[in-house]
Amino acid sequence: MSSVQIRDVRKSFGSFEVLHGVSIPIEDGEFVVLVGPSGCGKSTLLRMLAGLENITSGTISIGDRVVNNVQPKERDIAMVFQNYALYPHMTVADNMGFSLKLRGAKQDEISTGVKRAAEILALTPLLDRYPRQLSGGQRQRVAMGRAIVRDPQVFLFDEPLSNLDAKLRVAMRTEIKELHQRLKTTTVYVTHDQIEAMTMADKIVVMHDGIVEQMGTPLELYDTPANQFVAGFIGSPAMNFLKGKVKSNGSAGFEGPNGVKLPLKSAPANSEGQPAVYGVRPEHFTIADDGAEAEIVVVEPTGSETQVFAKLGGEQVVAVFRERHQFNPGDKIRLKPDPSLVHLFDEATGKRLNG
Amino acid sequence: MADIVLTPTKAKPQLREATAWDQVKHNRNWLGFWFMVPAMGFLIFFLAYPLGLGIWLSLTDTKIGRVGQFIGIENYEWLWDDAIFWLSVTNTLLYTFVASAIKFGIGLYLALLLNENLPFKAMLRAAVLIPFIVPTVLSALAFWWIFDSQFSIISWSLKHLGIIDYNINFLGDTTWARICVIFANIWRGVPFVAITLLAGLQTVSPSLYEAATLDGATRWQMFRHITYPLLTPIIAVVMTFSVLFTFTDFQLIWAMTRGGPVNSTHLMATLSYQRAIIAGQLGEGAAISSAMIPFLLAAIMVSWFGLQRRKWQQGENND
Repeated sequence: MSSVQIRDVRKSFGSFEVLHGVSIPIEDGEFVVLVGPSGCGKSTLLRMLAGLENITSGTISIGDRVVNNVQPKERDIAMVFQNYALYPHMTVADNMGFSLKLRGAKQDEISTGVKRAAEILALTPLLDRYPRQLSGGQRQRVAMGRAIVRDPQVFLFDEPLSNLDAKLRVAMRTEIKELHQRLKTTTVYVTHDQIEAMTMADKIVVMHDGIVEQMGTPLELYDTPANQFVAGFIGSPAMNFLKGKVKSNGSAGFEGPNGVKLPLKSAPANSEGQPAVYGVRPEHFTIADDGAEAEIVVVEPTGSETQVFAKLGGEQVVAVFRERHQFNPGDKIRLKPDPSLVHLFDEATGKRLNG
Repeated sequence: MADIVLTPTKAKPQLREATAWDQVKHNRNWLGFWFMVPAMGFLIFFLAYPLGLGIWLSLTDTKIGRVGQFIGIENYEWLWDDAIFWLSVTNTLLYTFVASAIKFGIGLYLALLLNENLPFKAMLRAAVLIPFIVPTVLSALAFWWIFDSQFSIISWSLKHLGIIDYNINFLGDTTWARICVIFANIWRGVPFVAITLLAGLQTVSPSLYEAATLDGATRWQMFRHITYPLLTPIIAVVMTFSVLFTFTDFQLIWAMTRGGPVNSTHLMATLSYQRAIIAGQLGEGAAISSAMIPFLLAAIMVSWFGLQRRKWQQGENND
């Protein structure tokens, strides 16, 4: 186990820079999730950490050692690929033992290592099978087994669950988290799925267009997103954004689209009339008599909660209610955001304005 | 498909006749048979019939201009005691074995090379195909000149370099002649092997190499443990074809040496042509051709049972 330091790392493909100076400190034993939309550079960063891509500038160190010029096999890392990259012509046992075999380990040493990993992942009955004979979830576990066998300093996961169906994905998510709690190996996990990030991470790194937008625990990111991008990316359904002006003379408030009045706990200093974006999470709406009038467009009950799409000041918003209301499309309701939980962002820069 | 017999409207007096015809009309196997007829026709007229005729001719004493009599295996008995026939068998085996082995080696090397990120990759790949698209007879004629006893460019170059004093008699010396025809065959056959293996290499997922890199494999280990095993099914197919084409080669030899000197480059195919068409002994020539069948079958069997079936390729859970 080791800490990992990523310091001001840049990556260019030709003249095109995809990472513009990324710094991420990762503590020993931490589970860090790099999350962001496709093309944000998260996979490239992971591959640089693995040694599969060169580092254009900046340094990456594992433990105390700068690994910029260290061969992948010398870095003592193990990676789980999106398509698992299992060797199709080798049995599960051979797949898992391949790295030990290349290292020149003895036969009994290899089989002990493979058996231990197989027990951790409940793969023992499958050891003689070929990858083709396994289901998606089993292949995924073999790929993890291959990583565990090596007992590396750092685990790298590159979107490991995106090839699985929804149900299996949830199960494997728990399994990976449990595995991490058990092995306590430093883990860097790349995904585009913010739910995976929220549920698994000790620390989430939100990336966008080659920069780090925000770093923090899942709930920090959820409660106080640093900017509009993070606010919109974390949370499902996504946060509602309403453009308008801050009212700070007299009692604080917000004038939304078409003059809709929205509550604000406190306005930033000297912000009267400042154009801003008002953010409210779907679950922070309540039905209240002093709320803003909205017209229901679509109602989507999921059982545990109900998602309501409605027009608020001409803009579509989504609200989520745990209680069961009798709603029909076309109904008029009064939606009131919880003033202590709303977010205010600068309209031009997207930066967070309230505390 | 609905069964006509069971529909009540058809249950009329003339039931039997209608039933038979309707059944045929609605029978999927019958329809399938008709779909197969064109392909079957081609195979029968262009493959099965000539093969059957060849085998039949080999059992007769047919000559050009004279209908033959059935003489059983007399032609084969003659061949058994024919030293030239056995020489041609030896030549064919030598030619096939040496040429195929070298074609495989060079082809695999080129395929691996072309699979790398080289500058002008597309152009190099196209260039590799050139020997394959030149008509065989043309390239054979070119080689004929290259290996000519007086005007050979090789002899000329070596003489000017001061390495030899006199022309090498490439196609006049038995050993040289064999080397030359094998060389020409390799030159012609390498593109097929190289391009097919290259196609095979491209089916290997790059992430396997990345995984192997992280597992600590050297380039040689990657080839040995990943590339080669994953390529074996394609190697089996391409080498089967290569062996079959080489074994039955005719054009190249006929254009370059006509089997000479002193029959040293006669292959079974060229000897068969010489005996059957030039000398008019159709029966004997056919017997030589037919004698190739066991060798070819053996080659196919080796590839089929020894190389092509791999447990890891089977999708089902049947171990």
